[in-house]
Amino acid sequence: MITVFGYPLRAPSPFARLVLLSALSTVLMVLDHRGHYLDGFRSATTLVIRPVYAVAGLPGEVIEAVSDFFTTSRTLRGEVTVLKDENRELKARTLRYEAVQAENERLRQRLDSAVRVSTRHMAANLIEVAGEPGARKIVVARGSRQGIYVGQPAIDAHGVLGQVTQVAADVSRITLITDPGHAIPALVNRSGLRVLVFGTGDQNTLKVAHDMLKVPYLTASADIKPGDLLVTSGMGGTFPPGYPVGVVVKIVHNPNEAFLDVHVRPAARLSHGTQAILIWPTRAPLKAPGPPVTKPAKP
Amino acid sequence: MRLSPDNRARLLLYGSFAAAILLAIMPLPSWLEDFRPDWVGLVLIYWCIAAPQRVGVGTGWLLGLILDILYGHALLGLHALTKATMAFIAMRLHLQLRMFPRWQQALAIAVLLFIGQLIVLWVRGAIGQAPKTFSYWTPAIVGLLLWPAVFAVLRNLRRRGDIR
Repeated sequence: MITVFGYPLRAPSPFARLVLLSALSTVLMVLDHRGHYLDGFRSATTLVIRPVYAVAGLPGEVIEAVSDFFTTSRTLRGEVTVLKDENRELKARTLRYEAVQAENERLRQRLDSAVRVSTRHMAANLIEVAGEPGARKIVVARGSRQGIYVGQPAIDAHGVLGQVTQVAADVSRITLITDPGHAIPALVNRSGLRVLVFGTGDQNTLKVAHDMLKVPYLTASADIKPGDLLVTSGMGGTFPPGYPVGVVVKIVHNPNEAFLDVHVRPAARLSHGTQAILIWPTRAPLKAPGPPVTKPAKP
Repeated sequence: MRLSPDNRARLLLYGSFAAAILLAIMPLPSWLEDFRPDWVGLVLIYWCIAAPQRVGVGTGWLLGLILDILYGHALLGLHALTKATMAFIAMRLHLQLRMFPRWQQALAIAVLLFIGQLIVLWVRGAIGQAPKTFSYWTPAIVGLLLWPAVFAVLRNLRRRGDIR
C-alpha cells in the first residue's frame, strides 16, 4: 500500500472517476469545438485510423467480391451489349473530335494565340462528402505534398466540379460549383455571352435529384435559351477556358422582376463517382505555386 | 504457444472490445446504417455487469475516446463522456442486473443505451447539430433485440477465458 503523508492512497471510487473523466471529456469537447485546438492532434490521428478502417472494410469487400463472382452471365451479357453500343458511339465521337481538334489548332495558329490546354492532371479519391449543412464541399485524398494549391480547378469526366479551397498535407477540400458561396465565370457556348454562374446548394426549385446552378443579372434581352451549353471562359485565371459548366434547362421571365430566372443543370456528375480530377492549367496564375517539378506525383 | 490464464483472459477481453469497435465503424449499406446498434456500448455493459473488477468507468472512457478519434467528425470527448457514464450506471447496478430475468435485463440495457444516446443528443443539441429524425433512436431498440444474443456470445467467451 502506498502512503502519502501517512494516509493510505487508494484507487479512486467509480464515482470519483466518473466525475474526473467527465470533467476531462468536457474540457476536450470545449477545446475541440470552440478553439479547434485539437486540429493538429486530429490530423495526426488520421494516419493511425486509416488501417483500422481498412480492416473494418474487409468484410464488405469480401461480400462484394463474392457477389461479383456470382454475377450471372445474363447480367454480364446485358452489360457487354450496353458497353459495346457505348464504345461504338464514343469511337465515332472521338473520330470527329480528332478532326475538330486539328482544325481548332490550325485556326488558333492563324489567330496567333497560344493553345491553352491543361497538360497535367491528377486523379484524387473522395474521402468525405459532408461538411456543414447547406454547403457543398468534398474532401479528397491529395494535398500540398502532391502539389495541390488553393484555387486549383477540379473537374470530372463531364465538366467542372469546383475549386480547391483548403489544403492540408495529404487531404484537401474542394468547394463544388453548386455551393451557395461559389461563382464561376462562363460563356454561353452558342452566343458567346459572358455570364457568372452561381451555386445554389438547392435542389428543390425544380424538383430534381441534383443541385442546380443559377445565372443572375441577365435581362430579358440576353441571348440565352434553354439547351444552351455554358463553358468556362477562363476569365479570372482560376479555371482554364472551354470546360463545360452546365446546361440551361429552364428560363423563367417574370415581368415583375428586372432579371431572368435562369436554371442551369451542372454538367459534372457532382453526386456520382468517387474520384475528382485536379488539373494544373498551363498558365496558372503567377502567385499560385505550381506542382513540384523535381518530384513527379504519383498517378 | 501457451498463455497464462490471466493473459488469456485479458486477450479475450480486449479482443471482444476490438471486435465491437470494428463492428461500430464497419461500412454498411446506407439503408442498414440506421439500424446499427451501439456495439461498443453493448459489449462494455456486458463486461461491467460480468466483471466489474476488470472493466469500469476508465475502460468505458478510453473506448469512447477511441470511438471519437475513429469517427473523426464527432466532438472529441463526446463518446468518452457517454461511455464512461454508461459504464458507471452498469457497474452500480451490476448485482441487480445479474439477477434479472433475461427479458427484463434486455429492457434495462435498452434504457442504458437510451441514456447514452440522450447524452449524445444533448451535447450535439448544445452545439446546434442535433439530429431531427426519429430514426436516431432505432439503435437503442436494435440493441434491446440483440442483447440476448450478445449476452450468450460473451458469456460463452467469459466462461472459456475464465474471466472474473
